[in-house]
Amino acid sequence: MRVITCIKQVPDTTQVKIDPVTNTLVRDGIPFIINPYDVHAIEESLRLKDRFGLHTTALSMGPPNAEAALKRALALGMDDAVLLSDRAFGGADTLSTSNVLATAIKKLSQDRPLGLVICGKQTIDGDTAQVGPGIAVRLGLSQLTLVDRIESLDFLANRIRVRRKLEGRYEIVEARLPAMITVVREINQPRYPTVPMRMQAGKSPITVWDNETLKLDTNTIGLKGSPTWVSKIFSPERDKGEMLGDGLSDPVGSTRLLMERLLAHDLLTA
Amino acid sequence: MIPNPIIFAPLLGAALLLFAWSCYRRLSLVACGAQDDRLSNPVGRVRAALQFAFGQKKVLSRPFGVNHAVIFWAFLALAVANGDFLLHGAFPGISLSLLPPAMYGALAFVFDLASLFALLAVGSAVVRRIVSPPFAGARTGEAFVILGMIALLMLVFFGMHGAEIALGTETASGYMPVSRYLAVMLSAFTPADLHTIIVISWWIHAVVLLAFMNYLPYSKHMHILTAIPNCFFRNLNQSNTQPREEFIEGKRFGVGSVDEFTWKDLLDSVSCTECGRCQTVCPAALTGKSLNPRQVVHDIKTNLFRNAKQLKNGKGPLLPLIGDAAEGTSSEETLWSCTTCGACMEACPVLIEQMPKIVKMRRHLVEMEASFPVELINLFENIEGRSNPWGIAPSERSKWCSTLEVKPFEAGKTEYLFYVGCAGAFDSRQKQVTVALAAILDAAGVSWGILGRDEMCCGDSLRRLGNEFAFDRLARENVQMLKERGVTKILTHCPHCFSTLKNDYLQYGLELEVIHHTELINQLMKDGKLKLNREVTELGTVLYHDSCYLGRHNDVYQAPREVIATVTGQPAAEFTRNLNSSFCCGAGGGRMWLEEQSGTRINRERAREALGAQPDTICVSCPYCMTMFGDALKDEGATEVKVKDIAEVVAEGLR
Ligand SMILES: Cc1cc2nc3c(=O)[nH]c(=O)nc-3n(C[C@H](O)[C@H](O)[C@H](O)COP(=O)(O)OP(=O)(O)OC[C@H]3O[C@@H](n4cnc5c(N)ncnc54)[C@H](O)[C@@H]3O)c2cc1C
Ligand code: SF4
Ligand code: SF4
Repeated sequence: MRVITCIKQVPDTTQVKIDPVTNTLVRDGIPFIINPYDVHAIEESLRLKDRFGLHTTALSMGPPNAEAALKRALALGMDDAVLLSDRAFGGADTLSTSNVLATAIKKLSQDRPLGLVICGKQTIDGDTAQVGPGIAVRLGLSQLTLVDRIESLDFLANRIRVRRKLEGRYEIVEARLPAMITVVREINQPRYPTVPMRMQAGKSPITVWDNETLKLDTNTIGLKGSPTWVSKIFSPERDKGEMLGDGLSDPVGSTRLLMERLLAHDLLTA
Repeated sequence: MIPNPIIFAPLLGAALLLFAWSCYRRLSLVACGAQDDRLSNPVGRVRAALQFAFGQKKVLSRPFGVNHAVIFWAFLALAVANGDFLLHGAFPGISLSLLPPAMYGALAFVFDLASLFALLAVGSAVVRRIVSPPFAGARTGEAFVILGMIALLMLVFFGMHGAEIALGTETASGYMPVSRYLAVMLSAFTPADLHTIIVISWWIHAVVLLAFMNYLPYSKHMHILTAIPNCFFRNLNQSNTQPREEFIEGKRFGVGSVDEFTWKDLLDSVSCTECGRCQTVCPAALTGKSLNPRQVVHDIKTNLFRNAKQLKNGKGPLLPLIGDAAEGTSSEETLWSCTTCGACMEACPVLIEQMPKIVKMRRHLVEMEASFPVELINLFENIEGRSNPWGIAPSERSKWCSTLEVKPFEAGKTEYLFYVGCAGAFDSRQKQVTVALAAILDAAGVSWGILGRDEMCCGDSLRRLGNEFAFDRLARENVQMLKERGVTKILTHCPHCFSTLKNDYLQYGLELEVIHHTELINQLMKDGKLKLNREVTELGTVLYHDSCYLGRHNDVYQAPREVIATVTGQPAAEFTRNLNSSFCCGAGGGRMWLEEQSGTRINRERAREALGAQPDTICVSCPYCMTMFGDALKDEGATEVKVKDIAEVVAEGLR
């Protein structure tokens, strides 16, 4: 049985700046990382592999350099990795992204039955949290978002039981397999790759599928298949901060000033 | 007078064969270790053997050491006497007594006195072990058996020679004051009784000597045979660096089983004298951690011997080297407790390299098992991803100087590259030190510049924590960049950057003139380039703490003391444990990033020692020490004591 983990390579956003003139992301020299939530998705699939012997596949749609993210996934222990890369996929919004990913997942399910698709809760660049659900809907998978614990997994009865982490409460949900889950950071502590695995991953080839392989209607992918587009990106204006007293020489006085200010703005109740 | 060579000769032959076989058994196991080139610079090696083995340099550095030195030197002399004794016993025609009388007399004199000194030294060793043993657990049966054997050898030596003198058969009697003294007491015996005394003494001497010889290879006294070669094969490089690893497919990395150690590591383990000096200075052992460097070395030896059969048959060892602590196995917790302070190596009389073995085993855990305290995942990823331990964006690296005018480094135009270091660039307290140092450099008219956002982490923590793979990548990048930028002189204010750039990068072919700010400031003041506007008196009693990576690992002791004396007009106050005996702050070896789970906290132990000297200011020369003392003083409720970097102390004098 196959478990497919969708990962996206994103710019390391603490280092991303927005160009004040063009209002676009400055991507020059910014390192790329695996979307942090997706690292937890990888870890969860590896744990399922350790427990149930499932076959784990990492799947990503992105430019050729997204290979680095997939190599990392291999180094961590994923069995294989597929990169969906084609100029025609570029400029995709969440609708066409999930379209391409769902098609690839369907293709992957032909030789090995699909048990589970694991996605991150959301990305740190697009932040929509729509791709996972988009895949689930297209493939008719049970949709379990915000999972912070897989309670049980029963392949004989075809059932999965998870805990969802919602605001201020938890929800235990049971569903039939195959399912798509999106995971939050609390679900696990990701592992670190061993050196032999890293070296092996560096050498392993990555399967690349373009649209000739997926054969999707070009009107449903890439820019053409994306009904939403970004018209402007900008950093919100922020008021300049203010130094309250001299915290080094008079920490008590500064703290008092701060308290007064917070009380005055009704941000603190006495 | 020889009692029966016909019986003794075969006995001697058998004993020698058995001894040779035992040595072969033990040393062929040592040969199972991996390669290591320890033959370069033979002159330096001979010097090391002369200084440390024959000269007993480290042995003598401790009060009771003279006792061992006496036994050692006596043994050297008596080796000749005993060789003669054994040969003469088997081949009566061979004897030193056939030498010209003056020569034999001189030898006899030396043997006689050496035996007396050895007897006295062994006696005081027994008393010491009973009254105040060097460490808890040193009162072993083995120790007493060995001491008893040596004492017995000396006693029967005197019995034999005393009786011979009384009988009138000792030709060198005039040269043997101790034996002669005994002869006076024995003169009441009849010649027949004296003869019996000689025969009995002779046989006791013979049997004990052969037994002693054959006991050696199976006891901690193996060091009698291995200590001298161990000093000869010592690491002649700076001892804080660890060897590079080659990252080739199919290789195993680090040391996860005993045969992955080098032969020198294994020779170390069989050379340990179990003196316990390392454990009495180890900050981890002294604060109740499971780490004890003596035990680590002992466990390697035990593991080697217990796995002897498998290793000889070319099979993998059965007893694990790392795992649930049992004899012969070190626990993971033990290995993570080391601060790589190097105190153990500084203390070891036979130059055993305990700390690098610990790092090699850490490498196995990190590189082969990815098994390490969970706090380290973020550290590793932060350094790999953003080249600093906190994972702060590299673009923030030059924020510390956003209000200052600081020039970028330019080859040819700038003399020193000021390598600010991660702590100097990101840690809010340490940034004040960076600013202070910048002011000093400008005041002295030094030409300096920085790399700004292009500066990377030096990788010290990665390397000491055993993440050699990540360190290797970082070091290559750094070396390449420093070469490309044409850097030749580097200034650091972090002893960890200092030591890594200076010693570790040497393994990557980067020869730089690396200078620590304590040295540069001292030099600038001596050259009259840095002139202070006033004497700094408001800091009161200034207590100087030696950082391990500046002091022990790089021998910088005097520069900071001279600076403090010049700036404050007073010599620095001293810790009880100072200079090369300094006690770690607890943050080295990557421990900065780890919780201290067991025992008491190392930094508090050091802070309490500091408070004993009643300082107003503790002066440090390392960002980690700064953090550790700051935290510890808060915990001790002694926040009235200031912690200042030496640069800040000097900068006060510029005001
Ligand atoms: C209008 C619009 C225009 C855009 N234009 C561009 C553009 O021109 N160029 C560009 O590079 N980006 C563009 N993007 C960003 C990119 O297309 C989206 O980020 C992408 O559709 C995924 O959405 P998300 O990042 O919000 O993912 P989320 O829905 O937040 O992600 C949830 C999870 O889905 C999975 N996932 C998401 N994306 C992928 C992927 N590509 N491969 C595998 N798994 C994935 C991961 O598991 C992830 O954790 C655009 C986004 C929008 C909204
Ligand atoms: S290096 Fe320091 S902490 Fe580590 S074992 Fe030696 S003395 Fe102990
Ligand atoms: S390792 Fe060195 S210092 Fe430690 S007990 Fe052995 S001989 Fe002594």
